[in-house]
Amino acid sequence: MKAAVVVFPASNCDRDAAVALEQITGTKPQMIWHADSEVPDVDLIVLPGGFSYGDYLRCGAMAGQSNIMRAVKEKAEQGVHVLGICNGFQVLTETHMLPGVLMRNAALKFVCKPVGLTVTETQSVFTRHYKAGQRAEFPVAHGEGNYVADDETLNRLEGEGRVVFKYAPGENPNGSVRDIAGILNDKRNVLGLMPHPERVCDPLLGGTDGRAMFESLLEALA
Amino acid sequence: MKARVFVTLKNGVLDPQGKAIGHALNNLGFGAVGEVRQGKLIEVELAESDEAKARSDLKAMCEKLLANTVIEKYEIEIKA
Repeated sequence: MKAAVVVFPASNCDRDAAVALEQITGTKPQMIWHADSEVPDVDLIVLPGGFSYGDYLRCGAMAGQSNIMRAVKEKAEQGVHVLGICNGFQVLTETHMLPGVLMRNAALKFVCKPVGLTVTETQSVFTRHYKAGQRAEFPVAHGEGNYVADDETLNRLEGEGRVVFKYAPGENPNGSVRDIAGILNDKRNVLGLMPHPERVCDPLLGGTDGRAMFESLLEALA
Repeated sequence: MKARVFVTLKNGVLDPQGKAIGHALNNLGFGAVGEVRQGKLIEVELAESDEAKARSDLKAMCEKLLANTVIEKYEIEIKA
């Protein structure tokens, strides 16, 4: 499986993503700079966590206008898989590659802690190695992860099995509507989520619940 | 010409920051303060003399970048 990780100014989880990808897939991902206008020929593009462009205007808004995102959008339309983690999820909503918005956390505080998730959808190339309804624990680290969308969009997301991760009951850290933590686009090749699977891929880092996502991708895209 | 763009949350969108500001004002003794909504003011200088053209350009700027129209609305004010 060939992967690329986009690096924006002030991305800070790009190397975590690269390490996880290399450990699990055995192949070093290519790092692509935000000012580039071409994405190499890969199976997976990762938009990493961080504070791209200092979160100016709105989180992900400036990154959404970058050269590389135009290319990423084209690739996604051609069916290349895209995984947006944390700030990457914010970039995906800002470019309308995923519906809804990530607003300021309901309690107005930056939250940085492990959070329990329920894997609500396993019919996806991102989650096929999880069991439906399984609990997984990923860390979150964000100030703007409060997912908001209108009822019609939410009903469609849930009806089409596009809500892939929910915060476990009572563990919603940011006020996200219907406890939504991660969603797919309608073609199911773009996933955005606030929690960080790449940070729980090695027992040394306190957990391995994130590995199944990269193993799913490896199996599906190898 | 100069323009001012006001970007605010749409009615009905929860604004926890506005709420926190409201509470702080109440705590400062401004008991008459009710609901507070927070937004952004963006000042733009434009090398354009045709007001209609400026207005339509600013509208496009808002739709493309300045506002996220899923949750935000905008108002444009043009000063000569």
